[in-house]
Amino acid sequence: MKILKTLAFYLLVLVIVVVSVFPFYYAILTSFKTGTALFEVDYWPTSFSFNNYFSVFQQGEFLRNILNSVFVATMTVALALLMAVTASYALARVRFRGRGLLLMTILAVSMFPQIAVLSGLFEMIRFIGIYNTPWALILSYTIFTLPFTVWVLTTFMRDLPIEIEEAAIVDGATPWQIITKVFLPLMWPALVTTGLLAFIGAWNEFLFALTFTSSNETRTVPVAISLLSGATQYETPWGIIMAASVLVTVPIIILVLIFQRKIVAGLTAGGVKG
Amino acid sequence: MARIELKNVRKSYGAIDVIKGVNLDIRSGEFMVFVGPSGCGKSTLLRLISGLEDITSGDMLFDGERVNHLAPSKRGIAMVFQSYALYPHMNVYDNMAFGMKLANTTPEEIRVRVEKAAKMLQIAHLLDRLPKQLSGGQRQRVAIGRAIVRDPRVFLFDEPLSNLDAALRVQTRLEIAKLHHDMNKATMIYVTHDQVEAMTLADRICVLRDGLVEQVGTPAELYESPNSVFVAGFIGSPKMNFLTGKFAEQYNCTTLGIRSEHLSINNTNPVWQGEVVHYENLGSDNYIFVDIGSEEPMIVREDGTVTMDIGTKVGIRPQEHNLHRFDANGKPMKR
Repeated sequence: MKILKTLAFYLLVLVIVVVSVFPFYYAILTSFKTGTALFEVDYWPTSFSFNNYFSVFQQGEFLRNILNSVFVATMTVALALLMAVTASYALARVRFRGRGLLLMTILAVSMFPQIAVLSGLFEMIRFIGIYNTPWALILSYTIFTLPFTVWVLTTFMRDLPIEIEEAAIVDGATPWQIITKVFLPLMWPALVTTGLLAFIGAWNEFLFALTFTSSNETRTVPVAISLLSGATQYETPWGIIMAASVLVTVPIIILVLIFQRKIVAGLTAGGVKG
Repeated sequence: MARIELKNVRKSYGAIDVIKGVNLDIRSGEFMVFVGPSGCGKSTLLRLISGLEDITSGDMLFDGERVNHLAPSKRGIAMVFQSYALYPHMNVYDNMAFGMKLANTTPEEIRVRVEKAAKMLQIAHLLDRLPKQLSGGQRQRVAIGRAIVRDPRVFLFDEPLSNLDAALRVQTRLEIAKLHHDMNKATMIYVTHDQVEAMTLADRICVLRDGLVEQVGTPAELYESPNSVFVAGFIGSPKMNFLTGKFAEQYNCTTLGIRSEHLSINNTNPVWQGEVVHYENLGSDNYIFVDIGSEEPMIVREDGTVTMDIGTKVGIRPQEHNLHRFDANGKPMKR
């Protein structure tokens, strides 16, 4: 009976792993194939060629697109975290009228689907004059990332012991110093988590990137991949698309691997009793 | 080393008055203890002095200078919190140096002062540890060290011992008393709900009740001539015995108070008679609970060698000159 239970458990684990990993596995597999092999269904590597990876960089401005993505995602994370940290300090620690309402409003903003604000946002971006620049994407991504970031950080900041803040006040720290020298080091886990999610969100976003950019030099990777074309317009270059997909996933995986070691739980332990 | 004056200080949170007009003069170099039951406003009063909360009305003076709206860091105070409130991500040295770094003190000066304080508190060997690697008592010392290095005019302690276990509490209590002596008699204000801490540490005690000062005086003054039934009952362990009704009428008062050490078992010439219902023998003293028909049994202190069986009929007799008589308003009457 016990063996059966264990068996069932690992069977379930196996199913989950296969379902979540298979698409990516198949992408890697396909990216190493060339020619007609692309259209044969194989579950194990049959041939091995880096040709697709070389072609990716010869097509259009793929390297430029990657750099665009890196720039947009990084700026989005930096801007969103800066604003979210300061906003959450106010929302968690400063008492003012309408705080609850404001928090609910922030949450409500994130409920709108992207498509609902697309045209309005387009007009706004044209008006500001940042259409077809990375700043259009940074602005729109920050708008969509902030509600979530602010909420998570506010909840986290609320749980930080108030005495630590008061001790810092007695020590003569200004609100800015309290945030940067006392709270930020304690909020590492929350910052890393929200920052990572914001980065992934900005890295993978497609609709805004497609709408707010028009030239190859300003496009981000998801759009660039979707616009990869083959020799004729009737040919979809699956091998190259898969190679590009694998390439853009790698930075995310590296980031997660780096930062998961930084997510240290219980960092506040020892500051106050218990 | 500041003199602190509170003049008709009030604090309200919306419609709720927490501090209802406190007048208090804390002398320079004094160890003042605020004591009272929970919810009496003693911690709030300390926070008002620290500047973490603003006073609603009245005046607060440090050395004659009005500080009503001065920021905590500008008042020259240092505070030790009940929960220690150390910065978890900084080691002991940085915890103590943080305030000085913000004030742009030179690194050499910081090092000298931190090391001096660490030596005084015997935590010099812990300077590069993180708070989570310290025991409760060590954390409390670091918190005190952080207060010392700031060289403040006033030390504020907010129930600093209540998170420590009993043995450590007694030891740390001694150390705080020693600290007060070593710091050339810095002004210290200490909040506690524990009247033993208050009695042992204080130069003067301020008993608070319901947002008002009930009595201010030296521990001996409070013990020997309490200003009200409340103070009489609050100061002293075990609690003072109170008699009302016909027992009090016997002495022409509404409430009659007698401390247990002023009562003795006397079977030959008793004033009251009753039955032993319980006893607590601490070795040196034996507290005998005698039911004489009053609301609560009378507690009589006898020597630890005196033993009594529960159920014994005994007579008790008070020392007439140590009786506390209170009128209907709970105020003391002339002896």
